[in-house]
Amino acid sequence: MSAPATAPARDTADERLAHRSHLRRLLGRPELGAVVGAVAVFVFFSTVADSFLQASSLSTVLYASSTIGIMAVPVALLMIGGEFDLSAGVMVTSAALVSSMFSYQMTANVWVGAGVSLLTMLAIGFFNGFVLTRTKLPSFIITLATFLMLTGLNLGFTKLISGTVSTKTIGDMEGFESARAVFASHLTIGGVDLQVTILWWLGLVALATWVLLRTRAGNWIFAVGGNSDAARAVGVPVKGTKIGLYMAVAFCAWVSGQHLLMSYDVVQSGEGVGNELLYIIAAVIGGCLMTGGYGSAIGSAVGAFIFGMTSKGIVYAQWDPDWFKFFLGAMLLLATLLNAWVRKRAEATK
Amino acid sequence: MSAVLAAVLGASLAGCSATGGKRAEERAAKAAQGRAAVDTPRWTFAMVTHSGDGDTFWDIVQSGAKQAAAKDNIKFLYAHDVEGNKQAQNVQAMIDQKVDGLIVTLAKPDAMKDVIAKAKKAGIPVITVNSGSEKSKEFGALTHIGQDEVIAGEAVGEQLNERGRKKAVCVLHEQGNVGHEQRCEGVKKSFKGELQNLYVEGTNMPNVQSSIEAKLQSDKDIDAVVTLGAPFAPTAVKAAEQAGSKAEVDTFDLNAKVAEALQSGKLGFAVDQDPYLQGYEAVDLLWLYRYNRDMLGGGRPVLTGPQIVTKDDAKILADFTKRGTR
Repeated sequence: MSAPATAPARDTADERLAHRSHLRRLLGRPELGAVVGAVAVFVFFSTVADSFLQASSLSTVLYASSTIGIMAVPVALLMIGGEFDLSAGVMVTSAALVSSMFSYQMTANVWVGAGVSLLTMLAIGFFNGFVLTRTKLPSFIITLATFLMLTGLNLGFTKLISGTVSTKTIGDMEGFESARAVFASHLTIGGVDLQVTILWWLGLVALATWVLLRTRAGNWIFAVGGNSDAARAVGVPVKGTKIGLYMAVAFCAWVSGQHLLMSYDVVQSGEGVGNELLYIIAAVIGGCLMTGGYGSAIGSAVGAFIFGMTSKGIVYAQWDPDWFKFFLGAMLLLATLLNAWVRKRAEATK
Repeated sequence: MSAVLAAVLGASLAGCSATGGKRAEERAAKAAQGRAAVDTPRWTFAMVTHSGDGDTFWDIVQSGAKQAAAKDNIKFLYAHDVEGNKQAQNVQAMIDQKVDGLIVTLAKPDAMKDVIAKAKKAGIPVITVNSGSEKSKEFGALTHIGQDEVIAGEAVGEQLNERGRKKAVCVLHEQGNVGHEQRCEGVKKSFKGELQNLYVEGTNMPNVQSSIEAKLQSDKDIDAVVTLGAPFAPTAVKAAEQAGSKAEVDTFDLNAKVAEALQSGKLGFAVDQDPYLQGYEAVDLLWLYRYNRDMLGGGRPVLTGPQIVTKDDAKILADFTKRGTR
């Protein structure tokens, strides 16, 4: 109880100028809880699954993480900005379908199809953001509507154009090889086979982190998610920021979609449903708040990594896959609780 | 003494049900349980399918596979995912574990191509089951065990002709499933009457029922409803009753309820692809291959169906469906 002696001195100092130690700054990071969780999951599966620690197994885990992680990055940014996107999962399938069908039907170079797909996706992202900021309806409603519409369009268009529920092969078309090199190639580093999506993932995480922490747009995202009225009052372009975030989701959906298309060269039109939740789960495990204004891109990557480790770890541990969803749910709950606890501790010691 | 014992036992059993329940299930399980009949090394075989969560069909496949695994001294692993790329990741995870044999489904063949090549490169023999007979050989699998969906559909169409049906509805419960489309295509091929496709949301049973009801109400001429999965047949029967339609309900695949409905005449016929056999044969053939380099059918697809099951067969099969092996 030595508080009375020190209290007056603290009052006179400006708390914004107070020096924070490295440790405390680390404790304040949103992804800290997730990192602790990831280490725990890693150690856990390393001990229960013999083959988990092999280099080839880790590369499989990283690949599984990257396919979720590429989308978790923009979804995390969007959540920091205070919104959701339920159409993100199906949009990946749409992106692949548009590319594939445009190239095939027009007998165009695969890159032309990819370009058309990019424009289409950005338009859908713009649509989401524009309708949201115009109508001021909750993002839950707007993107749920987009989700349903895209699900229907994916099936409807594919059946209409291809006659079946999957697209025709574009593997023998011009530009396919180079597109595959960009979106779906493998790199062999030290005898370990790594999918190129891992690079895309790390690149996107780095880019998003830079934007969030070092640019004005990053400040805008935090401000919009924290309190959009206050943000508007100090001159933050709220509408533009939100539309931009939805277009970022659309861009990453395009990247993911191209990966799906280039690695298998045929796309099934019914896929992608339910993945939007996985992206949100990754972002939440990684420390994003459901209420917006708080979170990080690195956190989303850690969240995706936890997801990849859990989903493949169960296979390596040779467990009954029926329990997978349970583990995922438990993991989500634990990670979120851990996050909340770590954050409370960090705020208390500020 | 023995009389007292009998009386006590009788009294303690008085509160129990003589039929059904957990005990009947355990008895059946015990009867179906096997012991290793061979002394080959304990190899590990993995099966990776495109099944969704909690699908009864794949439970039967697994029970066949486990039965053969028990007999052949095999450690059996199972993983599944509806999405092509995640299924492929699961196969990769099995390769990483250096399993001694792989059983995969090719519902989304293009997603599986690369990873099967990898398994081959790693020296792991692969057998495909259920779907994908046309791609199996091309991808380098030893053989394919399953039903040709188009042929199964044709069998249904012929049966409908035999029963004098004129207008039928093919109920697809999973939009976007290639195998389902092929089944309806097959029916269309051989059926002399008119066939319409009806898409329903398979994960939502009330929706399935109301959709079929609406369809039957809107077209009174429909005299046959074909469902593509056993769980949907009883629902279709209910829908037909609700709609006051005289349409006969027929179905692909078999389960306990379908066998029962066949016996009571609520269902016309079922076309069975014998999922138990698909699991059992796949494990057994992999064992034969490792043990003796045998391969059935010279690598050509081994068909497990279609078998038409009607009222006459249903009586015998009812017991087998109850224990989950048919």
